[in-house]
Amino acid sequence: MEMMIMSRSSDEIVYGLKRDYLEKISSGGNRIDGRKFDEYREIKITTNFVTRAEGSADVRLGNTRVLVGVKIEQGEPFPDTPNSGILTTNAELIPMASPTFESGPPNEDSIELARVVDRAIRESKMIDLDKLVITPGEKVWVVFIDIHVLDYDGNLIDASTIGAVSALLEAKVPASKVGQEDFQLPINHIPVMVTMAKIGSNIMVDPSLEEEEVATARISVATDENGDLVAMQKGLSGSFTVEEIFKAVDTSIEIGKDFRKRVFGR
Amino acid sequence: MSMVSNIKLIDENGLRIDGRKFNELRPIKIEVGVLNRADGSAYIEWGGNKIIVAVYGPREAFPKHTQNPSRAIVNARYNMAAFSVDERKRPGPDRRAIEISKIIGEALESAIFVEQYPRTSIDVYIEVLQADAGTRIAGLTAASVALADAGIPMKDMIVGCASGKVDGKIVLDLNKEEDNYGQADVPLAIIPRTQEVVLLQMDGNLTREEFEQAIEMSKKAALFISNLQKEALLAKYSRPEEKEEVKEEAEQENHGDDDHE
Repeated sequence: MEMMIMSRSSDEIVYGLKRDYLEKISSGGNRIDGRKFDEYREIKITTNFVTRAEGSADVRLGNTRVLVGVKIEQGEPFPDTPNSGILTTNAELIPMASPTFESGPPNEDSIELARVVDRAIRESKMIDLDKLVITPGEKVWVVFIDIHVLDYDGNLIDASTIGAVSALLEAKVPASKVGQEDFQLPINHIPVMVTMAKIGSNIMVDPSLEEEEVATARISVATDENGDLVAMQKGLSGSFTVEEIFKAVDTSIEIGKDFRKRVFGR
Repeated sequence: MSMVSNIKLIDENGLRIDGRKFNELRPIKIEVGVLNRADGSAYIEWGGNKIIVAVYGPREAFPKHTQNPSRAIVNARYNMAAFSVDERKRPGPDRRAIEISKIIGEALESAIFVEQYPRTSIDVYIEVLQADAGTRIAGLTAASVALADAGIPMKDMIVGCASGKVDGKIVLDLNKEEDNYGQADVPLAIIPRTQEVVLLQMDGNLTREEFEQAIEMSKKAALFISNLQKEALLAKYSRPEEKEEVKEEAEQENHGDDDHE
């Protein structure tokens, strides 16, 4: 114990104090920015921000800002799905967005982010990939989702999912390049992802950076419009009780209903 | 979860393609101390999965900037051998492996007393030699045993199991075909003593009720596998007469729980 205290850096002490403070106020039902546990920060979406992209969305979730671009290009289908288009998702945590982000190849954080967003879109069957065939077995449309994090103030998973869904809803398939008419990307379902963080023994939605820094565990749950679960990811080295998990699932289903109407107008 | 097929995965008697019942595990075998150079090691066979785990550390963390002055860092590396799957996998970590390594590391960290070893790293190398669905949980289950073999102090040995949806039914411990053609997959890992969840993922499509069913089924199976972990450790570290006692106790316990026979 003694050694541990002596070797603590000033950063660790600040985090310790912050953690104590956030845990204390959360036990009284409060959050550092005055929100309720189930309250999101304000969401602002600007679609068609990048007109060169087939679809795009500039999302602000509180002070977090994420730009998602969708490019749709011709490509070869995978051998095991010759009559389906292809979906691929990538995320970049560029150094502009935070002093803690470094340039270089994708690291485990950006890979996890991209894969969790991808899971919600893929598993909800949001895009009707079977309608993206140009020549069966030979040529299909490839939908590239690129997530560009511009300003990091927590909850990149939800901000990026909102951005990806918004951009896909706007996206047009550039079929004129193969002598057909451009068409709206065929959409079947709308996934909504809700991420929650555990501070002390309390769980709150849409954690800000300050909250993420002291959170012990994180859970993201994506649902579709039927209230079915389509994707889930638990993160960080803390734990949840099974009851907490079920409650998080219920929270996600509830918020999802509201979001689909309020944010996506569907 | 994405492939579509007409293959019937559950027959009219409710049995699965490998003859199991919906809540039946595949056979699991765990061995401790299978490598000479590593500080701790374990080998697991779980259905067709064959996975070997080595633990090194706690040792000085490199590069130095990764050191944490108040605790050990846990590095897990999940890697699939090129020959472990039907179609040769390109060697080296892909994006899937990087994500799995991250969540396994986080799950293991939840049980390790990391504050006892400042500035060090505990390195966990998980090599999938043969894959048959459920590798992340099988790897994690073996990794806990290897950590114990390395003498690393832990709250408990993390253990897990996956459940999923096959032909519209919730089933335990998916095999390769069920994973490929099923409708959902939910890997889960817990701290057995408290039953807290330390790893959870889900993909596919499940109703709220189906999800709850999957979690309860996986949790029960995980507690059963927890005993296999302990038996494996005792088999290495106990005297011959103790081994007999452990074996008898385990047999009695297993008879009481015919779900997983």
